[in-house]
Amino acid sequence: MQLADLVFYLLALLTVGSAAVVAFSRNVVYAAFSLMGTFLGAAGLYVFLAADFVAVVQVLIYVGGILVLMVFAVMLTHRIEDVQVSNRSVGTLPALLVVGAGAAILGYAVVTTPWRTAEPVPAEATTRIIGDLFLGDYLLPFELASVVLLAALIGAVSLSRKELRRE
Amino acid sequence: MNVVSVEWYLTLGALLFTIGALGVLLRRNVIVMFMSIELMLNAVNLVFVALSRHLHSIDGQVAVFFVMTVAAAEAAVGLAIIIAAFRNRETVNADEMNWLQG
Repeated sequence: MQLADLVFYLLALLTVGSAAVVAFSRNVVYAAFSLMGTFLGAAGLYVFLAADFVAVVQVLIYVGGILVLMVFAVMLTHRIEDVQVSNRSVGTLPALLVVGAGAAILGYAVVTTPWRTAEPVPAEATTRIIGDLFLGDYLLPFELASVVLLAALIGAVSLSRKELRRE
Repeated sequence: MNVVSVEWYLTLGALLFTIGALGVLLRRNVIVMFMSIELMLNAVNLVFVALSRHLHSIDGQVAVFFVMTVAAAEAAVGLAIIIAAFRNRETVNADEMNWLQG
């Protein structure tokens, strides 16, 4: 199972490396495109975790939907390159402190929690099980999600259309 | 097949979340802050799926779909707000978006 380990480390490297480019790159277009690396790496990790349907939906929604929307926003807001950084020196130290504390807490939780060890079960197709859950136990959240999406759709349209000035 | 232990996935999730939080706090471009929020959501999704696999429970994967729904709604409305703000004031800098002050 050496190969599986190698694939995991490569996917993890892809995910974290592109995430670092997203967060710290000066160029917004580079950030937008390396976000794709993060999403695809996460999709690969989902496949690795035997979550096939989640992986496909990750590619469809994040790469096919959200990322395209982000690139649109980057292109529509031209002159986006010359955003000058105004208070970088003021905010850096507190931000590093807060985030470092948060990371330390997360790492502490990961290391010290006794994760229940269960023997791995063979992977099976999850689509059918997830569909059953959506129309069974999770019916109300499922329907509410569609209402949320409809509201977001209408909100986005009414926010982004050009105002018609009536003389 | 599940050779990599769950701690690795959780560490990876923590790392991604930390990078996303740093991006939100350090960068002033609202679109980059937005992408960093997506990074944090992805980190949480990764942890959900990893623990769903680890605990033999499919519920974690169902939660991922709801997170994705909210992320999609957030992307649509958030980017519409950013574009509307840019159209009115020609800026994507978070420090200059202080128009609610009197």
